[in-house]
Amino acid sequence: MTEILFVSIGGFFGAICRFVLSRMLKGAGGFPVGTFIVNLLGAFLLGLFVGLQLHGHLYILIGVGFMGAFTTFSTFMLESEQLQIAGKNKSFYAYVVLSLVIGLGVLYCGLMIGKSIDL
Amino acid sequence: MVYLFVGIGGMIGSVIRYLLSTAAAGLMDETFPFGTLFVNLTGAFLLGWITNKFVSLKKLPPLLLTALTTGVIGSYTTFSTFCLETIKLMEQGQYLFSFLYILISLLGGLLFVRIGLKMGEQ
Repeated sequence: MTEILFVSIGGFFGAICRFVLSRMLKGAGGFPVGTFIVNLLGAFLLGLFVGLQLHGHLYILIGVGFMGAFTTFSTFMLESEQLQIAGKNKSFYAYVVLSLVIGLGVLYCGLMIGKSIDL
Repeated sequence: MVYLFVGIGGMIGSVIRYLLSTAAAGLMDETFPFGTLFVNLTGAFLLGWITNKFVSLKKLPPLLLTALTTGVIGSYTTFSTFCLETIKLMEQGQYLFSFLYILISLLGGLLFVRIGLKMGEQ
């Protein structure tokens, strides 16, 4: 039961932060910069927190709740599909491939940085 | 006001994700991240469906729509956990599984969002 409380508190703030940040970054040449930056930032931070070895309720609050809600897969897919529908094939491939490759890359960097920090 | 609605949506989406993904992880083989795969694919379908069903037709108040799409569904799915699980599979030497996880998530996600958009048009 406490897990659910921690997930929902994290989710509450994660969703608001995504909403605010992606709104601020929106609208650069039809490329979905907002979700792109939010997802990459979230991937890096999740890697960092896992590297720092957050455990138990703290991980559920920050990792599962906040970072889980801060980043989004559904909007990423919807925006990709909308680029394809609009015939912007270059932007479509760039968005999908760059999100995946940079996302995995920064998460791994975060993980390594987190592991190298002794708390 | 809109922040509060998005936040409450985020609480609901995150809790459903947590419950479903832990349930799925408990039911199936733990080496493959079925839980996140399930929420990400169903969330892609739902977002596509809602986008054409309600957003385009403006059938719901904008505040509720933002709470539902950005809040609930946006928080129900997750990109960071998807990346983390892929890296974990790679670190364990499960390269085939990590490749399959990426492939099914991306191709499946695009397919599901497309099916959702189509079904929402009707």
